[in-house]
Amino acid sequence: MLAGLGAGLLALIVAYLLGEPNVDSAIGFEEAHAGHSHEHEVELVSRGVQSTAGLATGVLVYGIAFGGIAALVHCFALGRVGRFGPRATALLLSGCALLAVYVVPFLKYPANPPAVGNPDTIGKRTALYFLMMVLSVLLAVAATLLGKRLAPRIGAWYATVAAVAAFAVVVGLAFAFLPAINETPEHFPAALLWRFRLSALAMQLTLWAGFGLLFGELAERLLRPAATAVPGRAVT
Amino acid sequence: MAQHVAQPTATDPAVPAKLPLKAVAPWAVFFGILMLILLYFVGAEQGATSVFSGAGVHEWVHDARHLLGFPCH
Repeated sequence: MLAGLGAGLLALIVAYLLGEPNVDSAIGFEEAHAGHSHEHEVELVSRGVQSTAGLATGVLVYGIAFGGIAALVHCFALGRVGRFGPRATALLLSGCALLAVYVVPFLKYPANPPAVGNPDTIGKRTALYFLMMVLSVLLAVAATLLGKRLAPRIGAWYATVAAVAAFAVVVGLAFAFLPAINETPEHFPAALLWRFRLSALAMQLTLWAGFGLLFGELAERLLRPAATAVPGRAVT
Repeated sequence: MAQHVAQPTATDPAVPAKLPLKAVAPWAVFFGILMLILLYFVGAEQGATSVFSGAGVHEWVHDARHLLGFPCH
């Protein structure tokens, strides 16, 4: 969880520097085309607070939550996924988590800036997004178990290839059968949408890479104090 | 002579010891649920469904929700 918090801080910096300008531009577009969908009411939370404290709360809680879950998964995975030490297991795990938790759902239902999306379909879109996330994580776990089952028979390399291929095929089927969503308004700048989605991806990449390295370091020190101690220095 | 060949067994120092599943399970269930509740509040509260009425939570985490990829509104 602490590593998740640290990674969340890194992701927050990326989000603030790369993501916020795009959110602001999108809100600018939204306001320029307002009148049909958005009623002008009293702001509950000002933009200044939303883009700083609000953003920080969201990203840090997200980092803590996924950090906590990933740490628990690490307890299960350690020593069970081939010959990896605590540090390598952590980085491998965060790579897989980035893919399963974010990249796969993102490919089907990418992140949208403000002004994109019809408020009436929020229920359906939220349900589909979480469904895709849960499905992708469960499939990743199933693929890992499949790989472990196959490993003694066909060797670790081919078992991994087979498990990844099985994951890709089933995810492809899910992509094909789940309904598509495209609610980008007409005349919404394509470059802005592209930049927003890239910055969202960069943020997740930072979050998970940061978590993998930070948590791996902590786990390595906790579980293998002798190996990481600098030789020649007295350990008190 | 065969004894000199290193065997990748559980006693291999390169492979860390497995943590017993029974010891991890209660922690996993408890903290897992706690973390999922946190995620729910960042990702979905006062968007698609609401535990609390109003839009305070939604507005507060608004930007994070967009940038983290959750459907917002």
